Amino acid sequence: MALLEVESLGISFGGLRAVDNFNISVEKEQLYGLIGPNGAGKTTIFNLLTGVYKPDKGTIRLDGENMVGKNTIDINKAGIARTFQNIRLFKDMSVIDNVKVGLHNHHSYSTLSAIFRFPSYYKVEKEIRERAMELLKVFGLEEECDYLASNLPYGKQRKLEIARALATGPKLLLLDEPAAGMNPNETGELMDTIRFVRDNFHMTILLIEHDMKLVSGICEGLTVLNFGQVLAEGTTGEVLNNPEVIKAYLGE
Amino acid sequence: MMGFISYLVNGISLGSVYALIALGYTMVYGIAKMLNFAHGDVIMIGSYVVFSTVSTMGLPPAAGILISVAVCTVLGVVIERIAYRPLRQASKLVVLITAIGVSYFLQNVALLIYGANTKSFTSVVTIPPLSLAGGALIISGETIVTILACIVIMIVLTLFIRHSKPGRAMLAVSEDGGAAQLMGVNVDGTIALTFAIGSALAAVAGVLLCSSYPSLTPYTGAMPGIKAFVAAVFGGIGSIPGAFIGGILLGIIEILGKAYISSQLADAIVFAVLIVVLLVKPTGILGRQIQEKV
Repeated sequence: MALLEVESLGISFGGLRAVDNFNISVEKEQLYGLIGPNGAGKTTIFNLLTGVYKPDKGTIRLDGENMVGKNTIDINKAGIARTFQNIRLFKDMSVIDNVKVGLHNHHSYSTLSAIFRFPSYYKVEKEIRERAMELLKVFGLEEECDYLASNLPYGKQRKLEIARALATGPKLLLLDEPAAGMNPNETGELMDTIRFVRDNFHMTILLIEHDMKLVSGICEGLTVLNFGQVLAEGTTGEVLNNPEVIKAYLGE
Repeated sequence: MMGFISYLVNGISLGSVYALIALGYTMVYGIAKMLNFAHGDVIMIGSYVVFSTVSTMGLPPAAGILISVAVCTVLGVVIERIAYRPLRQASKLVVLITAIGVSYFLQNVALLIYGANTKSFTSVVTIPPLSLAGGALIISGETIVTILACIVIMIVLTLFIRHSKPGRAMLAVSEDGGAAQLMGVNVDGTIALTFAIGSALAAVAGVLLCSSYPSLTPYTGAMPGIKAFVAAVFGGIGSIPGAFIGGILLGIIEILGKAYISSQLADAIVFAVLIVVLLVKPTGILGRQIQEKV
C-alpha cells in the first residue's frame, strides 16, 4: 500500500475550482514531484494535505489513516511535515531553537518545572539539545547553531527549514519549491541533501518544483497539475516526454 | 540631594509595578496580537482576593498571595477562553471592544461583591524600613520588596521564555503562528499559557501596588492598567525588556513629575512623554522596526 493516497480531492474558493478531482499515490521512500505552471494549484494541494485548507471533496490517507477533517497540529503529529515556498523560519530565534520548536511534541515536561527548574527540566532540555544538534550536524549547520536564523545565507535557511520539518518526526516530508531562488551550485547541493534525507531518514518526499534540472535529476515519479486538474502522471521520463505536458509548459 | 534619591527610589518602585503589569500587556500583544484592556482589572480582582483572604479571613499574607495568584491565573485563562478565543478570526477592533467590555464586567462584579466604598488594604510586607545615610534617606519595606520582586520575576521570566520548551513555543507563535502550528505547536494552548502568566504577574503587581498605596476600590486597577499600557507602548509593545524599561522609566517620570513640577499634572506629564516618544520613535524604545516593502 502506498504511504500517501489521495483520491478525488477538490476545493473551491468562491467560484474558482482551485483543485478538482486530484489523485496521487506516493510509495514509501519514494521521491515524488508535483509540477505544473504557476497558479495550477500546487501549493493549494500542500495546504490541503497539511490541513490549512479543508477539502470539500475527496480523501487523504497517510499510511491508511484518514487525514481529512484533522487540524494542522494533529496532521503534523500523524506524520506530515512541510517547508514553505517563501521561507518561514522563526527569524528572530536561533538556528538551534528553530529545530527545537520542531521537536516540540517529542519531549515533554510540565510548565511548572520549566519555571522552577526542576531536575526533569534539565534532563529533557539536554535531550532536546542533543537531538537538535544531531539534526543540525546532518545538514552541516552545527557551527551556526547559535546564529539568528535570519543571519544564515539563503541556501542554509532552506536547509534549516528541512531540518526543522524533520524534527517533527514525519513519515512524509512536503517540500514547497525548495530550489526557489537558488543558483545552480546551490541547487546541486540541495539535490544531494534531498537524496541524503530520503536515504538516511528513510523518508518519503513529495516536492513542488519549477527547476526542471532538479525534477529530472531526483524525482522518480511525477504528477503534472494544470488548472487544478491532473494533466499527466507516471515515471519522470514518461511524463517529461508527454506531448500534453510539453504543450502546457511551453505552448505549442 | 537625599530628597532626589528618595524620589528616584520611589519612582523605581512604582515603575516596577508598572513593569509587571506591562509584561502582561506586552506578552499578550506579542503572542495573540491583541490589546487586553481588561488586564488592569485583573489586578484589582487579585487585590480584592488578598483583601478578603488576609484582612477578612485572617489567613497569613503568603497564603493570601498564593490564592490570589491562583485565582488570577484561572481568571485570565477563563477570560481568554470565553471572550477572546471565539474571536480569533474576527477583526482587531471587535476584540478590542470585547476587551473593554470584559474590563467593565470585572469592575461591576467587584462593585456588586464589595460595594463602591474604599477598602483599606493592609500591607502584606512586614520587613522594617531601611534607614540610610544616618536617617536622611528612609526606604520603606514595600519599596524594597517591590523592586526585588520585579527583578526576580524579570530574570525568571526571561530564562523561561528563552530556554524552555513552552517559552520557545511562545516565541515561535509570536513570530509566525501559522508556521508554528504546522510544526505541531498548539497555538491555542500557547496563548492560554500567555494569559495565565500575564494574569499571575498581575496578581503579584496588585498586591505590591496596594501594599504601597493601600486604598482599594473597583476602579483601582483602571489607572495603573492604562499607565502600564503606556509603559508597554513606550518600551516597544511586544518586547519584554521594553516593558521593563518602559515601566521603570514611567514610574520615575511620574514620581519626579509629582515632586518637582506639579502633583496635579503628574499624569498629564506621563502621557505627554508617551506622545513625544511616539512622535520621535513610533515603535517605542525597543520596538521592532517594521520594514516597509517598496
